[in-house]
Amino acid sequence: MSELAAAGAQVEEPARPVRIVLAKVGLDGHDRGVKVVARALRDAGFEIIYTGLRQTPQMVVEAALQEDAQVIGLSLHSGAHMTLFPAVVEELRRRRAEDIVVFGGGIVPEDDIVELKKQGVAEIFTPGAPLQSIIDWLRNRFPAR
Amino acid sequence: MKVRYAEETFAQWQRQFETAPKRSDGVSSTTVSGADIEPLYTSASLSEGPEELPGEFPYTRGIHAAGYRGRLWTMRQFAGFATAAETNRRYKYLLENGQTGLSVAFDMPTLMGQDSDAPTSRGELGHCGVAIDSLDDMETLFRGIPLAQVSTSMTINSPAAVLLCMYLAVAEKQGASMKQLNGTLQNDILKEFIAQKEFIFPPQPSMRLVVDSIEYCAKEVPRWNTVSISGYHIREAGSTAAQELAFTLADGFAYVDACLERGLKIDDFAPRLAYFFDAHIDFFEEIAKFRAARRIWARHLRDRYGAQDERSLKLRFHTQTAGVSLTAQQPELNIARTATEALAAVLGGTQSLHTNAMDEVLGLPTDKSARIALRTQQMLAFESGVANTVDPLGGSYFVEALTDRMEAEAEAYFERIDAYGGVIPAIEAGFMQKEIADAAFRHQQELETRQRLIVGVNEFTAGNEEDEIEILRIPRRLEQEQVERVREVRRRRDQAQAARAVTQLRKAAASPRENLMPYILDAVRAYCTEGEIMGAMVDVFGLYTEKAVI
Repeated sequence: MSELAAAGAQVEEPARPVRIVLAKVGLDGHDRGVKVVARALRDAGFEIIYTGLRQTPQMVVEAALQEDAQVIGLSLHSGAHMTLFPAVVEELRRRRAEDIVVFGGGIVPEDDIVELKKQGVAEIFTPGAPLQSIIDWLRNRFPAR
Repeated sequence: MKVRYAEETFAQWQRQFETAPKRSDGVSSTTVSGADIEPLYTSASLSEGPEELPGEFPYTRGIHAAGYRGRLWTMRQFAGFATAAETNRRYKYLLENGQTGLSVAFDMPTLMGQDSDAPTSRGELGHCGVAIDSLDDMETLFRGIPLAQVSTSMTINSPAAVLLCMYLAVAEKQGASMKQLNGTLQNDILKEFIAQKEFIFPPQPSMRLVVDSIEYCAKEVPRWNTVSISGYHIREAGSTAAQELAFTLADGFAYVDACLERGLKIDDFAPRLAYFFDAHIDFFEEIAKFRAARRIWARHLRDRYGAQDERSLKLRFHTQTAGVSLTAQQPELNIARTATEALAAVLGGTQSLHTNAMDEVLGLPTDKSARIALRTQQMLAFESGVANTVDPLGGSYFVEALTDRMEAEAEAYFERIDAYGGVIPAIEAGFMQKEIADAAFRHQQELETRQRLIVGVNEFTAGNEEDEIEILRIPRRLEQEQVERVREVRRRRDQAQAARAVTQLRKAAASPRENLMPYILDAVRAYCTEGEIMGAMVDVFGLYTEKAVI
């Protein structure tokens, strides 16, 4: 027994930074948003793995499992979000990794956001969302232990 | 330039300025690109040199002596969604409402060279534009529109040669001569590697296809604008105005170099290179950018490339107002933003213009929002009076000084790109991509810290809750219909002819000296699909993947 534990102190595991896989799903190549978000989250202390462009839902989930990520962030600007965001959630389910949180960003109409949340997407950030709102949402979701 | 005031007068102004109370809102006085702006420009800001007139080298004041007195800009609204039949209806609607040229937006699978029934096309059909799989769709797209009489712009890059051949084949079926056709192909692959990222092949074979199409059109389709060298996407990806100008012109020079290397003569192809710029929200900076672009192009074409035909020296450009400047919050305000940007484009001397619809930040434009966007241009042309005099801002201390500075900044970037060994090595090193990402991040931070305000986004947000606006939805059934249609085309065609065309194209692709255009045209005529034609070239050229850098 260590001295600390003997003294009744809490043994704290070193806080591991939240690890996030950011991915561009679908065919569009508009990566301005995802890159800005990646930098901001990295500066805020998150561990960021950016997959690059044209990832299929299978590739994204595989990357998240390989990297042992807790979060997947999806960026898409082509209008295919109703097909591809749920496909990522479905793939996580198939791989028994539903504990990985999925959020997304892009041009997503309000009605679609409601539907995507029903289908298991945790949050959607739309144009004009402050970076701080994404950081706050993640911190809230993963409070420091 | 001779300063026209006494030094003492200026010193007096300076004292007054320094002691005057200043705004304390914390908002930066830099341009949207982050460039410093003096509080006052005077005759001391003007560079030496003889006074320049419009239509005169280096065309800072415009390429036409008569400006818009001679001819207004072309009002060319970019449109395309769902299927060819739906888009055909929108084109007719726009033409009936006074639009003067067509501009085709293709959907993501078409832009990425794949057919509608490819597995990765799921969910993407018809959202960003119209789905075109084969000549059959192209015939539907232009049904009832005489191609000999309209001018058409097509925004397509990696598969540009294929879509151009489809257009030529439709014209052929309508009985139009290729020599009559007017239009523009975006066909600018370099900015795809830099910014928009819709690349398929690696840079070298991509460039070969661009040069093939330039070479082919110079002979066969002489009135066609073969490349629309685009700053728009560079800017929308987050670049500054100076970066947009510099990277775009550098791309233009790279196409010129590639054509010269092929053995083409400068004056045989340069008159058909056109440009496409963004009109962002920072009014004067944009006007200066357009003026500087003309001057840079003219100087380089004459002095570096020895062009002699005046048409080679005259930079013609299309402008689109800035999609990135639009806000999802209080979207009706986008009408005012677009009008401001459109005015900058007109004062910068644009040859054609697309004004964004207010709802493009939310989804596809409705008939109504598309009409308002067009009407905005018509107001500028016929109500505002800005078209009455040529280059009305010529001689403005501020605009002239900004124009000079924009040119100098672009020249400095050309040197940095040259240090990499040219545009392609600079792309491969990620130079431009990094510059753009840095600028985009800096802009976002300015918004976060409120050094820059955007109405409805980080200030003046009252009213945001009323954001109810109608948006256009693409019915799911159209996706299934399009999938059926391409399969039907494959079933119906002469199989032997189609197979032969693809084999011959593949063979020609493997032989670097062949111009691929005639082979692609044959494949298109045989109703080979876009995916099949691009696939044959992928077999030979391979696929490009970029190293993702944050």
